[in-house]
Amino acid sequence: MNKTRRQMLGAAGVAIFSANVPSTALAQGAPLKIGMSMPQTGALGAGGQAALLALRMWVDDVNAKGGLLGRKVELIAYDDQSNGANTPGIYTKLLDVDKAELLIAPYGTNPTAPIMPLVKERGLMLMGNFSFQVNAKVQHDMWFNNAPWNDARGWSEGFLELGKMAGAKSIAIFAADAEFSQNLANGAREIVKKTGWNVVYDQNYPPNNTDFSSIIRAVRAARPEAVFVACYPNEAVAVMRSVNEIGLGSQVQIFGGGMVGLQFTPIMQSLGSLLNGVVNFNSYVPGMKFPGIDDFFKRYSVRAAAAKVDPLGYYLPPFNYATGQMIEQAVNATKSFDHKKLAEYMRKTEFQTIVGPIGFDKFGERAKPRMVQAQFRNIQDNNVDQFKNTGKQVVLWPDIDKQGDFIFPFDKARKAT
Amino acid sequence: MKFWIICLALVLGSLGLSLSGINEYVFFAGFVILQFVVLATAWNILGGYAGYVNFGVPAFVAVGGYTAVVLFKSIQAPILVQILGGGILAGVLGLAVGLLTLKLRGIFFSIATVAVVFILETVVMNWRYVGGATGLQLTRPADLAFFDSYTRMLFFVMAVLAIGSVIIARYIQNSFLGRGLRAVRDSEEAAECSGVPTLRIKLIACVVSGALMGVAGAPMPMYLSYIEPTATFNLSYSISALAMPIIGGTSHWMGPVIGALLLGTLQQIVTVTVSNELNVLVVGLLLVFFVVAAPDGVLGLVKKWKQSSK
Amino acid sequence: MFSLELLFEAALFGVLLGCFYAAVSLGLSVAFGLLDVPYVAHPALLVMGSYATYLISSLGIDPLLSGLLLMPIFFLLGMGLYRFYYETFEKRGSDAGVRGLGFFFGIAFIIEVALILVFGVDQRTVRAGYIGSSLEIGDYRFPYRMLMAFAVALLLTLVLTIYFSKTFNGRAIKAVGQDESALRLMGANPVKIKQLAFGIATAVNALAGALLIIVGPVEPAMDRIYIGRTFCVVVLAGLGSMSGTLVAGLILGVVESVVLMTLGASWAPAVSFGLLLVMLGLRPQGLFGR
Repeated sequence: MNKTRRQMLGAAGVAIFSANVPSTALAQGAPLKIGMSMPQTGALGAGGQAALLALRMWVDDVNAKGGLLGRKVELIAYDDQSNGANTPGIYTKLLDVDKAELLIAPYGTNPTAPIMPLVKERGLMLMGNFSFQVNAKVQHDMWFNNAPWNDARGWSEGFLELGKMAGAKSIAIFAADAEFSQNLANGAREIVKKTGWNVVYDQNYPPNNTDFSSIIRAVRAARPEAVFVACYPNEAVAVMRSVNEIGLGSQVQIFGGGMVGLQFTPIMQSLGSLLNGVVNFNSYVPGMKFPGIDDFFKRYSVRAAAAKVDPLGYYLPPFNYATGQMIEQAVNATKSFDHKKLAEYMRKTEFQTIVGPIGFDKFGERAKPRMVQAQFRNIQDNNVDQFKNTGKQVVLWPDIDKQGDFIFPFDKARKAT
Repeated sequence: MKFWIICLALVLGSLGLSLSGINEYVFFAGFVILQFVVLATAWNILGGYAGYVNFGVPAFVAVGGYTAVVLFKSIQAPILVQILGGGILAGVLGLAVGLLTLKLRGIFFSIATVAVVFILETVVMNWRYVGGATGLQLTRPADLAFFDSYTRMLFFVMAVLAIGSVIIARYIQNSFLGRGLRAVRDSEEAAECSGVPTLRIKLIACVVSGALMGVAGAPMPMYLSYIEPTATFNLSYSISALAMPIIGGTSHWMGPVIGALLLGTLQQIVTVTVSNELNVLVVGLLLVFFVVAAPDGVLGLVKKWKQSSK
Repeated sequence: MFSLELLFEAALFGVLLGCFYAAVSLGLSVAFGLLDVPYVAHPALLVMGSYATYLISSLGIDPLLSGLLLMPIFFLLGMGLYRFYYETFEKRGSDAGVRGLGFFFGIAFIIEVALILVFGVDQRTVRAGYIGSSLEIGDYRFPYRMLMAFAVALLLTLVLTIYFSKTFNGRAIKAVGQDESALRLMGANPVKIKQLAFGIATAVNALAGALLIIVGPVEPAMDRIYIGRTFCVVVLAGLGSMSGTLVAGLILGVVESVVLMTLGASWAPAVSFGLLLVMLGLRPQGLFGR
């Protein structure tokens, strides 16, 4: 529950006239405030709403067990509208007005990038939320990201290996000029150099671009055999519609790679058959084995139906619940809320969560990445339940999770059943 | 004389405030309000005194901000050098915009200033060194002089800048420049016929106005530890910088100050208690209300009330 | 690098795009071009038209039809808006410049924020049979949504040109911008004529809004980039010329499309504003202006 206006005015009034009080001085029994902003509207909104629901599930679970070290957990979550410009103000407010003691990052790279210098300067621990390489420049030593990937190698290697299997030797790349897509595309560009493929098209586009006809036309004219796209949800939808309108040419073997949004249920539902053939990344698809995850989905879908958010909850929710689990385990083990102690514990521990074991490397990213490249097949229009079955998102890479063979070229895969 | 005593008292007061133990958020929000005092005062020099409505406020603010980024990134320039650099370059932009567009009247000038915003934004979005469309994360220097935090220091710096801009606006208003600008606003043709060097006066106003806006924008990157084009070039700077003098009163330097303090504080309260959007709605509604019902602003209302109670 | 073929296809797409830009600028051509009203809120009303279309078409009605249904409502809205503007500003004369601009700028922002509060910041789209597929001619693909916008734009321009040259009211609208007192002597009430014109401009805006959401997704902040496009077209055309608006739109469309193809999408926003500045600097009266 967000605070009511009255409560906030009161809190602001009290806060303004009190000096900063260190967190250890708070009385035992006072609620533990965990603060964050979450994109609930805007480009990432569809994913963010589901993620927030999972976090609230964890808050309820932990409070049912008596809270953390005897204190009831209170989650304060603002909507940053997927806009990085809003996050510094929100996190300053969380720290100085709401007096949040623990921080979780917003979902996504673009909203998270602006607050990295802030948390580093103040020496605060930040639990990352599905961002990509957002700590690479700032190098904050109290950052821990729940995402199942590490660096660009994990993403592009899989995609390029599959392309190689199909005999591709040329590639087109286009990416949004925003933190996430640039991190990913630059990583991919480096790896492509090593493969010796011919880069026939490479363009960045401004993040609010809505019409991709000229890009798709140019890509088609360049006749690539592989097309790697790094984009956010709005553009993913526009790109798929444009590909359908204009076409890419029969020589394309593999398309996709780094398209965020094709994992969000509302977008999967609205694109329907336009998804067929696309090879894209994911964190979880039906058929992947994780302990405890089935039980989570059962409970999640009940709450999701009531809250009218993503009913499947595959991509983000389990990992957000896992963030909660990690906070819980760290607090209980160190018996403190001190950020330094918690960070030390996070660094050296491998946590057991509903998405399997999670351990961190020295930059706070996953020590052992586990993300997949899956191909959409046989998707029908306007059907949400179909995604619960295996065979709709067939994992092609890596081998441990492989569920089927790569179908190529792209045109053939679009019609495959 | 009274004026200078008040200025000194304000400088000392803000210094005292920033050294006190009050909650950090006061300075975070106060910085924004003081920034708007500078922006509103700067806008009014061209808009209120001369009648030329500048919609391109974000362009000057952004030139200030991005100059600061370049200076900081290349030579680790201290904040005062960043502000100086930002002001100078923004002043140059003011000169360029003035030369290009001051022959145009009314709405054409205003639309041209909007064009400058988008063109500069596109240039910055394609400039990798300052982060392009992605933006740039910045690490603030550790040296804080004698302040407890960087935000407090920026608050004090912005307070001094606000007082400085008011001093400049007051000087212009009472000088030959101010009289000339008023003549231009009332009737440009008549002013020219009476021998007023209208183009030169307008250019000076453009340069001063632009430079002050650049000065207001220069501390932004350090304030947020982050800069990116969409927020920096946001047109809501325009509507606030326009609304505040109109609400306060455009003919006197006190007007923008009153407008900025009132509207700025209201905006901060709304942002903390409700949401960021409602903040822009409040500005829009108040602007339309004052433009329609109280065109001389708060100062005008006060004058009328004083006259009626005699 | 860039084949002639690709450039040619870009130019063709630019023609379609350009007609669409002309359609969304026609209302401004009337309100600002003919009536001299500092109507910076035009793009905001355009986006409002798009959202209204979205609302009506979510009931199952075709978006273009929704746009047509909205026209009478927007017509009345436009008349009311002008009446208010006239009573508050035009009648009282001096200093109306700053205040008039401030008024419409304020209105634009109020509309934008109201849309965010009601619809959120998410993008909205509409569905129709002609959205999503293309006409294939040889190796070229022309999206049907663009062809639709192209056709409607041509029709609108034709209708308005005929109206302004053949009907009494239309000619009166053209005249009122040139010489108000002469018009009064001819027995027409200038204020009522201007009100009618503004109503027509706003009604056209409603249909243009429908085209906007057919051509692509809309979000509340779109009015900002369209300030550039619509004013660029109107200034390029020269004030008061309907067919000039069409030509100017075509020029903008082709230039933007070719720039997109050659320099890339990251330079696209600067095209309309750049062209606008160049025109204002070199030839402020436009190509066909009075």
